[in-house]
Amino acid sequence: MNRSISGAGGGRKARPAAHELARYEALFAARTRGMKSSAMREMMALTERPDVISLAGGLPDTTTFAPELYAKLMSQVAAEQTARALQYGPTEGMAATVQCIVEVMAAEGTLVDPGEVIVTTGGQQVIDLVCKTLIDPGDVIVAEAPTYPGAVPTFSAYQAEVEQIEMDSDGMPIDELERTLDRLQAEGRRPKFIYTIPNFQNPGGVTMSLARRRRLVEVAHERELLILEDNPYGLLRYEGEPLPTLYSLDAEAGGAGGAADLVIYLGTFSKILSPGLRLGWAVAPRPVLEKLNLGKQGADLCSSPVTQLFVAEYFKQHEGHGEPHWLGYLEQLKELYQRRRDVMLAALDEHFGEQARWTKPQGGLFVWATLDERIDTTDLLAQAREQEGVAFVPGRAAYMDGHRGSSSMRLNFAGVPDEDIREGIRRIGKVVREQVGLYGTLTGSSSAAKPPAESAPEPAAEQAPGLADVVALPRRDQEGPARQRKDR
Amino acid sequence: MTAASKVAVLKGGRSLERNVSLRSGAHAQEALARLGHEVVAIDVDAQLVSRLREAKPDAALIALHGPDGEDGTMQALLEAIAIPYTGSGPAACMCATDKVLAKHLMRNAGIPTPAFHSLRETSIKELGAAGAVPDVEAALGFPLVVKPASQGSALGVKFARNDQELPGALVGAFSYDRKVLIERYVKGRDLAVSVLDGPTGPLPLPVVEAVPREEDFYDYESRYEIGMTTFVCPAELPDDTTARAQELALDVYRLLGCRGVARVDLMLDEQSGELWVLETNVIPGMTETSLLPQAADAAGISFDELISRLLDSAFTR
Repeated sequence: MNRSISGAGGGRKARPAAHELARYEALFAARTRGMKSSAMREMMALTERPDVISLAGGLPDTTTFAPELYAKLMSQVAAEQTARALQYGPTEGMAATVQCIVEVMAAEGTLVDPGEVIVTTGGQQVIDLVCKTLIDPGDVIVAEAPTYPGAVPTFSAYQAEVEQIEMDSDGMPIDELERTLDRLQAEGRRPKFIYTIPNFQNPGGVTMSLARRRRLVEVAHERELLILEDNPYGLLRYEGEPLPTLYSLDAEAGGAGGAADLVIYLGTFSKILSPGLRLGWAVAPRPVLEKLNLGKQGADLCSSPVTQLFVAEYFKQHEGHGEPHWLGYLEQLKELYQRRRDVMLAALDEHFGEQARWTKPQGGLFVWATLDERIDTTDLLAQAREQEGVAFVPGRAAYMDGHRGSSSMRLNFAGVPDEDIREGIRRIGKVVREQVGLYGTLTGSSSAAKPPAESAPEPAAEQAPGLADVVALPRRDQEGPARQRKDR
Repeated sequence: MTAASKVAVLKGGRSLERNVSLRSGAHAQEALARLGHEVVAIDVDAQLVSRLREAKPDAALIALHGPDGEDGTMQALLEAIAIPYTGSGPAACMCATDKVLAKHLMRNAGIPTPAFHSLRETSIKELGAAGAVPDVEAALGFPLVVKPASQGSALGVKFARNDQELPGALVGAFSYDRKVLIERYVKGRDLAVSVLDGPTGPLPLPVVEAVPREEDFYDYESRYEIGMTTFVCPAELPDDTTARAQELALDVYRLLGCRGVARVDLMLDEQSGELWVLETNVIPGMTETSLLPQAADAAGISFDELISRLLDSAFTR
């Protein structure tokens, strides 16, 4: 603005705005047409206000990190490694940081060669670099439905076509994947990679079964396709047995001690330590790794040495009895998040009524709730925000077409205090009841017109009373036709 | 041009159009600074009145969109604390922002507007208004457009092709407002005519046509997404259609008692060739991509001149 003022001082006439815009527009790349803003996203941006309880974030709880430790480590880096911290670092990342990554992956039972790791600026950069490396305009990415909302703009920016495979309670059904791949082949379209979040999927909350993991790796080999395994939450497991990563299954298949052939692994320090560090990583087959490295050189040369050295110092910390501190902190986070998950599940039971279903994640940060199919959660968010001061992510954000998922929502429990979880869910439940009631009045269906508190339970055929079904993702055979109708 | 003065630019707020408002405000601020005015930018919140008292501006430029900024609330408040402001007064704002009221006024005045009915959430809950829905359907016929009465954003504008889709469209629209408009759908070309006050009185600007890039006429949200629509200005129309659209816009401007500026949205019926007035926006967007600056530009009026004239409206009440 100051520039315009000084420009005006010379008596220059302001340029006509519309002409100005047309000038820029002529210079914009074709790919920017896919980089679109939407009314829904604008509305979501408005939920970040102090008077709104937001269950919309993807946040871990950073208030749990000891301030003294943060201060100590940062001053250690500052005092002992001044020049290194302030200097550029290698594109592939600092050796000490890569060593921490190897340690984190080993904790999940995945052994990797440090030479196959590249440190990135958050896990998000891996998605960007993988697209940069693999995607020509029109190439196909096969993803889960719903998928990570943050990947949607990246895929769009590279002009990828995305095929989404609807998940069930065991994650992506591989037979459905194969049918999709067959169809793509018949249509002469070119899939480049399969994007999956196998553990506690964001936003779906479900975990891919072991059988499907094995089969997915086989399918990748049969068809010579890459898999991008996005695993930010794998170590945040609150119950059940840990499952092997796709990377490790692929590596095993290639013989003992080998590296994976077709799996690109994405990891991050964001959920086990801090997203503010902006540090993630990829482990990839060497030829892919080289391209990722070149892509990263063009993007940002290297990730911040300051935060890389912080991580290296952090991983050197040990408790009195010799256990690494980071594992202790991880346990602390797991205990906290598990409790919050349970608070949220209990609140959902209490406030979401008979018509809603939701996932019961064994780990991670999110619950995916699906309401009465007549409710559009984007509209619901508008009312919930305005009337009740509460926010969530509307399901449509997790679908490339912006239409599907319209009666679902993603709820974050990890970054929100217990009381806010309970109150937030209560408020959303109130708006849902109002909308269902209004709908019932308009359609004359009496059961829906009554608030769920007074209504009789739904017939057993529709709503199986068993916990497994209540908390499962919609089965495709039950939901298919209804969804298709809504998809237009 | 008004002599150099201290102007408070009111923008932001908490409506769904907050981001557009921030961009409109920033754009207006630049122009005001170029024009030599002292600018005080205010993102409106609970401290608004005390901040205005402290800043003591000569006038306020209202760049707020959506409820509070556009519905007369802000205008009435500024009158209460005696700060001159740009654009229409409370009565015109209330009439224009309430799409239902505006359509009643237009219909009474003989200005063509698509057939409509309105429903309140309370009348459904307390007066059994659900029973009237079939009558509304029969009277208007499908397809229907359902709009929250006072929402300026594309969110909440729903399309219903049949009676199965109508309840969902109503519930969706009621998420944004307690009152909704149910309107006969007119298929055709989307036109907008801005009216700008000037030395010789209000004048209609060239017609802007919004051409959706994708042929999905039923998807209002993506239709109004940035980049999904191309704007043509002046719109390629027969001269008499242009003249008629401008005449209608001026009629509506006068009917509602607008001041300074307003943007009137119309549909050119592809079947009958008739023009229908849909709604009026008393605080049109002022961003680089907004229709009003584009139309002014096509009329040879620079953005600075546009802002200058708008500011004049604060002092010529």
